[in-house]
Amino acid sequence: MFTQLPLVILLLPLLAFVLIIFIGKRLPRQGDWLATGFMAVAFGLSLFLLITKLTAHADEVFSHSITWVVVGSQTINFGIMIDNLAAVMLLVVTLVSLLVHIFSMGYMKDDVRYSRYFGILGLFSFSMLGIVLTNNILLMYVFWELVGISSYLLIGHWYEKKSASNAANKAFIVNRVGDFGMFIGIMILFFSFSSFAFETIFSSIEAGQLPFGSEGWLTAAGVLIFCGAVGKSAQFPLHVWLPDAMEGPTPVSALIHAATMVAAGVYLVARVFPMLTADALLIIAYIGAITALIAATIAITQFDIKKVLAYSTISQLGYMIMALGVGAYTAGFMHLVTHAAFKAGLFLGAGSVIYAMHASLHKLHDHKTDAQDVRNMGGLKSKMPVTYWTFLIFTLAISGVPLTSGFLSKDEILAGTLAFSTLSGHWLLPLIGFAVAGLTAFYMFRLLILTFHGTPADDKIQSGVSESPFVMTIPLIVLAALSLFVFYSFNPFGASSGWFYGAIERPLSVVPELLQPAAYSVFYGAVSSVHTTAMILSILIAAGGIFMAFSVYQWKKISADALAKRAGFLYKGSINKWYFDDIYNTLFLNGSHVVMRALRWFDETIIDGIVNGAATVTTFISRISGWVDNHIVDGLVNGTATTADRAGALLSRIQSGKVQTYLLYVIFSFLILFVFFM
Amino acid sequence: MIDPGLTHFLIVGAILFALGLMAILSKRNTIMVLMGVELILNAANINLVAFSRFTELSLNGQMIGLFVIIIAAAEAAVALAIVLNVYNRYNTINLDQINLMKG
Repeated sequence: MFTQLPLVILLLPLLAFVLIIFIGKRLPRQGDWLATGFMAVAFGLSLFLLITKLTAHADEVFSHSITWVVVGSQTINFGIMIDNLAAVMLLVVTLVSLLVHIFSMGYMKDDVRYSRYFGILGLFSFSMLGIVLTNNILLMYVFWELVGISSYLLIGHWYEKKSASNAANKAFIVNRVGDFGMFIGIMILFFSFSSFAFETIFSSIEAGQLPFGSEGWLTAAGVLIFCGAVGKSAQFPLHVWLPDAMEGPTPVSALIHAATMVAAGVYLVARVFPMLTADALLIIAYIGAITALIAATIAITQFDIKKVLAYSTISQLGYMIMALGVGAYTAGFMHLVTHAAFKAGLFLGAGSVIYAMHASLHKLHDHKTDAQDVRNMGGLKSKMPVTYWTFLIFTLAISGVPLTSGFLSKDEILAGTLAFSTLSGHWLLPLIGFAVAGLTAFYMFRLLILTFHGTPADDKIQSGVSESPFVMTIPLIVLAALSLFVFYSFNPFGASSGWFYGAIERPLSVVPELLQPAAYSVFYGAVSSVHTTAMILSILIAAGGIFMAFSVYQWKKISADALAKRAGFLYKGSINKWYFDDIYNTLFLNGSHVVMRALRWFDETIIDGIVNGAATVTTFISRISGWVDNHIVDGLVNGTATTADRAGALLSRIQSGKVQTYLLYVIFSFLILFVFFM
Repeated sequence: MIDPGLTHFLIVGAILFALGLMAILSKRNTIMVLMGVELILNAANINLVAFSRFTELSLNGQMIGLFVIIIAAAEAAVALAIVLNVYNRYNTINLDQINLMKG
């Protein structure tokens, strides 16, 4: 059952993709019901699978492989593995994907490429499920790239827009940078252990085998594989693609760039967690922390509703990565799950707002006003009650307010970082963690207030706004329900007693003892001792952030402009996204221009010089050879001809045509012979 | 009076042959060349008959002489016909002007 069922779940979206791409246009409603229906079946099966797995086979790992490719003496397997991690992730992916499918039926209505859109959603779901289900890192890499390409196709869905096609290119290329590192990491593992299967790699390391016999290589392999996660999960320094990816349709942003694809990086780190050394984990933790801080500080000043959400996604992903890095494995993965629900909800809510804004602007024949800019919104609360209340729940969840799912997971992460710092002295990590928690609460409530509260920026636009249709509000309500604590733990103030903590346990490290991160028991002991402190601190900080947001934007006690002026260069840096894009432009684009110019010079002077020189030499040689040909060879040939000609002319004189002359010759010849022989 | 012998006849034949040869080589007119040919044939005839008279060959030489006369008559007929045709074609029977085979 645990081999066939996941395979069915995996292949359903692929089937939907194939059917829709080939015959979608001929199906009624362009086949959206097909994709959605298949996804619903996949979701049902995943739910059943998870429940069965957790109730009946909680501690078992089901892994099954068939031979896929045989290369020389190596065989590469196609394998499916179901453990608790995969089962939970499977449910998250299918659920969010299903809700996004349903939402898209409303949001993408009347789109020019409606059918293709649902097809690619199917392809994406298939690839994402492949990442989740595989037991083999090469196969994971294959699905990883498939996810990349479907993300590329969906970001560039409106490819007539130059910015959309540029964003798609940027996402794909930036991801390739990370994937390159991941590929090297995979190759290091393969050349050391001649296997791609996680199980074999882990057991080889546990048996004391190290890549190329050195601990450094093991750390390097871990960090290189993490590079893939840096790309996909938009971690510093490769986070620049995610905000641009918001050019895609909003449901796509919800599915791919909030809930699932970007979480694939976190999932990857969770998968390879047992083989990560303490050094690799420390790097991972710091990368996560830097990402969380940078993204949160940028999100504060953005005005595009989707850009704010994009930066908050990067920031939350940084949280998850940091959590895994400090060893708070369960907390990190739990944050992935809770974040998937409330961030997908936030994006769908934003989609609902943008949809309504578009409709209103369309009625006014206004094509200049930006439908995504919060400065054009305000006061939408009364017009869109369902969207508002669900958005509020999501905002509370991401801010880490008690009774929400986000509180549970974020609290555990913060406790984890605090515990880590008490064990190892890296106090910067919890400091950043708490700071980012406060920033998150601040910018999320800023977004909520600017969008829904206050006075409308433009009464005409506001009066044209109306609540979105049911296909769009139902996913919001479902996700809002899933953002409450009860689904994860019955204790609203601690996740550790819930089913989630029971199901997802931090795997034992397989690396040599000296290189291991803080031991399981020590770490969890430290976590439980600092848990209350962390919880109180995080509640206070979230409350502080929310209070700040209200006093600046709702009650206008503090002027935002004055604050911005006071912050000076910090404000400028934040609104310019800390100049990452500009730095990359200068460094990589201009850098490559310089290299290209140098190469062009090289091409034009050296290569062309060699070619032209060769041509000159050849011309010279052929001139000599031509001279020899013309004068010596032709001379010989012509000389022969001339000689024959001259001789012929000479001899032809005796052929006078006069018979009498011939006769005379005969007689003379006869006389001569006569004289000789007589 | 000298009794004519074989030598005398041969000398006459030789003179006749030389005259014919001279006519063939030096005459421009084709008819004249043909007449030279006839002279040579007759020189040969004189020789044949002379040899027939003064040696043991009895009448064989005279028989061949008769043959030669007949053949010479036929040859003259054919040759004159050729000359006529040549004249028709070239409007001349001057051998110097009939030099189509000049190399």
